[in-house]
Amino acid sequence: MTTPFLNTDALPYCKGCGHSLIAKNTSKALEKLNYKPLDVIMVTDIGCHGIIDKCLNTHTVHGLHGRSVALGAGISFGTENPDKKIIVFIGDGGTTIGLQHIMEAARLNLNMTVVVHNNYLYGMTGGQTSGLTPVGFNTTTSYEGNPFGGYDICALSHTAGAAYVSRILGICDISDKLAVAFGTKGFSLVEVLEICPSYGIKLNPRRKLAEIVESSGMKIGEWSNQREEYVKYQGKKTDDLLARLPEIRKGFNSYLKAPMSLIVSGSAGEGVQLAAGLISKAAIGSGLHVTQKGSYPVTVGVGFSTAEVNLSPDSIHFHGINIPDMVIITSEDGLAHNRKRIENMATGKLFIDSSLEVPETGAEIIQHDFRSVGARNASVFAVFYFALKTGIISTESLFKVIEDEGKADKLPMAKIKDALSMVK
Amino acid sequence: MQETKKGKRTLIDASRLIIESMARAGADAFIGYPITPANLLYQYGAQRMPLMLAAPDEITTLQWMSGLAATGKVPITATSFPGYALMIESVNMAYMMELPMVIILVQRLGPATGTATCGAQGDLTLLRGNISGGHPMPVLCTSTFEDAWTLSAKAVELAINLRTPVVLLTSKEEVMTSKSFDMNTLPEITQVERKYYDMKCDGKYKSYKPTDLVPDFLPVTQDNHQVRINASTHDKEGILQHSNDEAMANTRRLEEKIRQKAHEYTLYHMEEEKDADKLIVAFGITAAAARDAVKQLREEGEKVSLLIPKTLQPAPQVYLEIMDSYKTVIVAEENMNNQFSDMIYGLNKPRNHRFVGGLGKMITPQQIIEEVQA
Repeated sequence: MTTPFLNTDALPYCKGCGHSLIAKNTSKALEKLNYKPLDVIMVTDIGCHGIIDKCLNTHTVHGLHGRSVALGAGISFGTENPDKKIIVFIGDGGTTIGLQHIMEAARLNLNMTVVVHNNYLYGMTGGQTSGLTPVGFNTTTSYEGNPFGGYDICALSHTAGAAYVSRILGICDISDKLAVAFGTKGFSLVEVLEICPSYGIKLNPRRKLAEIVESSGMKIGEWSNQREEYVKYQGKKTDDLLARLPEIRKGFNSYLKAPMSLIVSGSAGEGVQLAAGLISKAAIGSGLHVTQKGSYPVTVGVGFSTAEVNLSPDSIHFHGINIPDMVIITSEDGLAHNRKRIENMATGKLFIDSSLEVPETGAEIIQHDFRSVGARNASVFAVFYFALKTGIISTESLFKVIEDEGKADKLPMAKIKDALSMVK
Repeated sequence: MQETKKGKRTLIDASRLIIESMARAGADAFIGYPITPANLLYQYGAQRMPLMLAAPDEITTLQWMSGLAATGKVPITATSFPGYALMIESVNMAYMMELPMVIILVQRLGPATGTATCGAQGDLTLLRGNISGGHPMPVLCTSTFEDAWTLSAKAVELAINLRTPVVLLTSKEEVMTSKSFDMNTLPEITQVERKYYDMKCDGKYKSYKPTDLVPDFLPVTQDNHQVRINASTHDKEGILQHSNDEAMANTRRLEEKIRQKAHEYTLYHMEEEKDADKLIVAFGITAAAARDAVKQLREEGEKVSLLIPKTLQPAPQVYLEIMDSYKTVIVAEENMNNQFSDMIYGLNKPRNHRFVGGLGKMITPQQIIEEVQA
């Protein structure tokens, strides 16, 4: 009999295949729950079960091998109406390749039901062993029996947090059992056990489904977790990423008439990027054009931290720095990272902490005890020193940035001012 | 729609511009998986997009995006080659299903993991052929902060109007660099008006029946018409077919849709110098070096024109026409194998063609100047 969910009785499966039973009982279960066909979004995987699509009057989404649960998860995320039913049909092969997707959907307790058509092998591609094939079961790639046991997909899903999980035999009327899963709010999974008539039965003659299940050590049963519904709370959002960017008004002047490149380098945690940001913003406030980028090792909390800054009276296109015009070095890490570039400098200025060995360079060397204000603030103090000595930007313009950004309380400003007052 | 404050000079990175632009154009979900150098985009996406989801890997990222797109969302993500490599089968799926989405691909030095914090321009060849069958997928490439704003919105528009995944190609040196920028210069972005199937139409809705090459969209969450979405070869209804005429016509349409509508999205910057017989071609990050090179060359009295391609896929015919009209063409791109010229000429690279390549280091204006003057 044609049901509202299936548009034909002639399902495209081999005689005796459990996939027909699942399709018909899915239809029956949905009817029992009073769903209408277009309340249901049926997502199918690759494998024999997936060709059910054309027989369905529901919405149908036919995806990639193993990824249907993730695809269904995406639909679940985007579905506002809780009365819609998302069902994913997947085989044991798809379950094997897409295991992570099932765990993720169970962990998040997404509103959907996964029906695993477990016939213990890859039917569509020729009867190969899957990750759910039980020990001792014969397949076309293990004629003497699978040497390994299969995944217990029910236990895995239950442990991952599924609201409801069941393992059932694919015989007789399973519509009530499927209806329990379809009626569950949150993530549910039903593993339906079958034997593929084309490969499973032929390669495992005289074996019965119940006996195979028993030999696998897996139990028929149902398991549940008390779960809260998946929360779509997204946290605090902004409706404009640009609105809160501080406007930097021109309040100062710079004598800079040509582009100048600057490297600030020290150790991680010593304020290098902060210091470079101060220069950049102070330069913008002085009417200059600026580019700034950072460079640090993969482990951002240790080792060197380098910032590359370009300042120019005109707009800047290329922002790479090969040989810099000026360099500020506040620690051994910074020196090691930039030694080669410093050695290649024929002119320019090198501001270097007085504790460090000065490399061979054509740059003018200016040594100072930048670390006297404490290692954490060495770079910030160094850029003030740089401003004072070069006049490219004024120390006032740097103070203005600190004030505008409300950083005055977080930096030892008195100490920095004292240290600056002692500079000749 | 938010108004950008006028006359606002600030320090900004291109990642922020990209995400804000896409949000204003109509992108409403960011699906993320962390990868350097795309993490700033993820951070901003989380702050700005109405929906943000943290995927457990890049395959899941694309699958979640596809599911969301089937419900009517316009999802975006940001990644780099290692993540993109994992996405490719699912990008093909979204292409076949005709689901709109944008993938921001931030190039870094390969092969494989390569150097995560080093820029590169090595992924164009991959993007040319990443759809099985060689069907073109739109690729737009930013070369300035202004592009980060305008092309990002364009990528969303293209994805929605052509119902296709689109790649916005950029690089580490673009999205992780901050710049002084006058927000005043940003043109307004209006949300893309999305076309849906007219429910008043008589007859049965067919998910892949095209109107002007693109099928009208309906989400799987409505209950007026049956929607069939399919990644396998399918007919107009969305039903799996082996290779019948209707199904093959549908697959052919996927190619025709992009190729025939590409002219609406042929974007490039051409600075033509009168009487110049030399042309510099550069896209992406190298375009910045090319701009400086051209400026310096002109100051030295050299006559040289500049072409900055922005639409990279499908490759517009006009690039070949422009390049063919110059006596000498110098193409600069940060890879070892001149991927742009391969795309234009294949093995038939003309004798007047020169290449400035780079690996692990940005190409400098000086390198381009030297090649022009060689």
